[in-house]
Amino acid sequence: MTLDEARRGDQIKILQIRDALVRSQAIRLGISEGSRMQCAEIVPHGPIILKNRKQEVAIGHRLAHKIKVERVG
Amino acid sequence: MSSPKSVKTGAALTEGAPKLVLAGNPNVGKSVFFNALTGMYADVSNFPGTTVEISRGRYRDYDVIDTPGVYGVSSFNDEEKAARDIILEADLVLNVVDAVHLHRDLFLTQQLIDMGKRVIVALNLMDEAGKNGIKVDVPKLTEMLGVPVIPTAAVKNVGIVEVLDRLEEAAQGNRLEGIAELLEPYTEKGLTEPEALMVLEDDGETCRRVGMEPAGMQEKLYRQRRERVDKIIAAAVSEGNDRASFSVKLGRLMLRPLTGIPMLLVTLLLVFMFVGVFMGQTVVELTEEKIMEGLYRPFITDLVGRVVPLDSFWGQVLAGEFGLLTMTPVYVLGLLLPLVVGFYLMLSILEDSGYLPRIAVLTDRLMTRVGLNGRAVIPTILAFGCFTAATMTTRLLGSKRERFIATALLGLTIPCSAQLGVIAGMLSSLGLLYILFYVLVLILLFGLVGRLLNRLLPGESTGLLIDLPPIRLPGTRNVLKKTFVKTKMFLKEATPLFALGALIISLLRYFGLLEAIQAAISPLTEQWLMLPREMATVFIMGMIRRDFGAAGLSSLELTGPQLMTALITITLFVPCIAAVIVVFKERSKKEAAVIWLGSLVSAFLVGGLVARFLSLF
Ligand SMILES: Nc1nc2c(ncn2[C@@H]2O[C@H](COP(=O)(O)OP(=O)(O)OP(=O)(O)O)[C@@H](O)[C@H]2O)c(=O)[nH]1
Ligand SMILES: [Mg+2]
Repeated sequence: MTLDEARRGDQIKILQIRDALVRSQAIRLGISEGSRMQCAEIVPHGPIILKNRKQEVAIGHRLAHKIKVERVG
Repeated sequence: MSSPKSVKTGAALTEGAPKLVLAGNPNVGKSVFFNALTGMYADVSNFPGTTVEISRGRYRDYDVIDTPGVYGVSSFNDEEKAARDIILEADLVLNVVDAVHLHRDLFLTQQLIDMGKRVIVALNLMDEAGKNGIKVDVPKLTEMLGVPVIPTAAVKNVGIVEVLDRLEEAAQGNRLEGIAELLEPYTEKGLTEPEALMVLEDDGETCRRVGMEPAGMQEKLYRQRRERVDKIIAAAVSEGNDRASFSVKLGRLMLRPLTGIPMLLVTLLLVFMFVGVFMGQTVVELTEEKIMEGLYRPFITDLVGRVVPLDSFWGQVLAGEFGLLTMTPVYVLGLLLPLVVGFYLMLSILEDSGYLPRIAVLTDRLMTRVGLNGRAVIPTILAFGCFTAATMTTRLLGSKRERFIATALLGLTIPCSAQLGVIAGMLSSLGLLYILFYVLVLILLFGLVGRLLNRLLPGESTGLLIDLPPIRLPGTRNVLKKTFVKTKMFLKEATPLFALGALIISLLRYFGLLEAIQAAISPLTEQWLMLPREMATVFIMGMIRRDFGAAGLSSLELTGPQLMTALITITLFVPCIAAVIVVFKERSKKEAAVIWLGSLVSAFLVGGLVARFLSLF
């Protein structure tokens, strides 16, 4: 599934970030392929907020659609 | 309100002084350190991207440079390019990191170390790390990075002295394995080590500058660096409790539409009540009417009258209706000063609270419709403070296309603080229906023009990717200091322009040209806008400064619908001189001309339509 389909509270694992530019920007924020984090909040039809340790990062809907994830535990 | 200069400079800088560069992720306290080092004031606020222009100052023998926060040295946007150029030139880097978000921050630290820079790390926000139960093993961190690490809580003035004392201990740290070998072939060709690293990491501009092909290793090195940072974190940082504190919960509520939208509306209402109603009416009544008009004007007119006859040329220039000693101080000090103070006070509180990036998230969906992303809300809100500063903040937007759309929308639809204050004051005397109408027209226009530009411009805008700072109680000292600094800048910039404007109007009037101009454009003012022909004076004033134009309105006798038409036209009217200069600087000449002409045409177009619409009732 893609990140925009995640639900609030889901623990997810990032599988693939399709856009190379986004990939290199995200990796610096600690979001890289293989990393696990929590989907902390979702604005309906809007951004998804990922929580990685204490860090909250908001990702726009369209970007989220380009990120492949899977639910974990 | 800051003027369009790219570098703020304090004391005279000596050529060749060693460069001490403050580098770090956005929103970690670099500017707090800069202020402590140099005794100057660079803006401090709680959102990523506060510093957009490079500030320079002096500390001992060092040339100290504050940079925009970046997550890494590269060139994903204009801010990053600016920071990159400064960092490449640094002799010594004071890397400020956020102890709560080391996982994010050490990526840059490791990159600086890989460049071979001499680095010293200020492990800042230790107070918040403590509250979150995060423990950092400082000796371990120092050992693994290979550079000095000093715990600090900069706003509480903890640890700053130690950082200053130990600057000289800055060292080249432990590089990623294998980096040195990769750099060698490049340094042998005469590149500096930092340049060589940039070429390895495919930085387009550096490659062009040194005339080499990108090495194509960015992804690999980023990944390797990420892994290294993860390892350091695992060894030196112990995660704290995962209890959601009150501020985390509050931050979440701000994001959910159900609670977030009411919170946003209440915030806007409070700002309006404070600036428009309290400052704009209660305080201005005292300062403008009682003090400036009641006491000051008669006093100064009398004084000038004793030296020169009041109806002579000099009498008019000094103490006439638009006199240098009468109108200028009355408007600047009596009317605008309280409004500007009120506005910057509110803005500083908002900036320091961490609320702005959350508004960006909440409005992202709407902003994508006009070809922007939520991030653009930050310059939009700052534009209410001053268009000039906001235009510079558009640098944090991801593409040229977005920067053009944002600048055009801000220039057209957003009134600046002083202007808005005057407008809010007049609006609240008109009643709720008019207020809603005014807001609606502006929002509609924002949406329409934005969608139009989004359609017309080629390309696609970038998506939102923003880190959310913690919600904090704004620091009283910082809020007051910032309000003071910005107000001072306002006075320094506005007063001469006001005086110039007053002088021009007085001269035009004295030589009978004002009537000629008023008559010449009366088809526009009287017939199209249905306003008195004296409105021409207001437009001339508005070209010099927007708020000047709005202030000029208060001297005209207008009916409700007329006032509405005038207010809308003046809001949309061309940005003032300072704004035009900054647009020419930040955008290309062609874009700037399009923005300028565009707002002129739409101001009159919309103004006329509003007049016709209102005359239906
Ligand atoms: N609690 C706490 N807050 C701090 C500390 N240092 C800085 N702050 C706050 O952190 C926020 C960011 O500070 P700035 O100095 O503007 O950060 P910056 O690194 O210059 O940010 P950019 O210019 O956006 O890159 C402000 O709200 C400061 O008041 C600290 O040690 N403790
Ligand atoms: Mg700063």
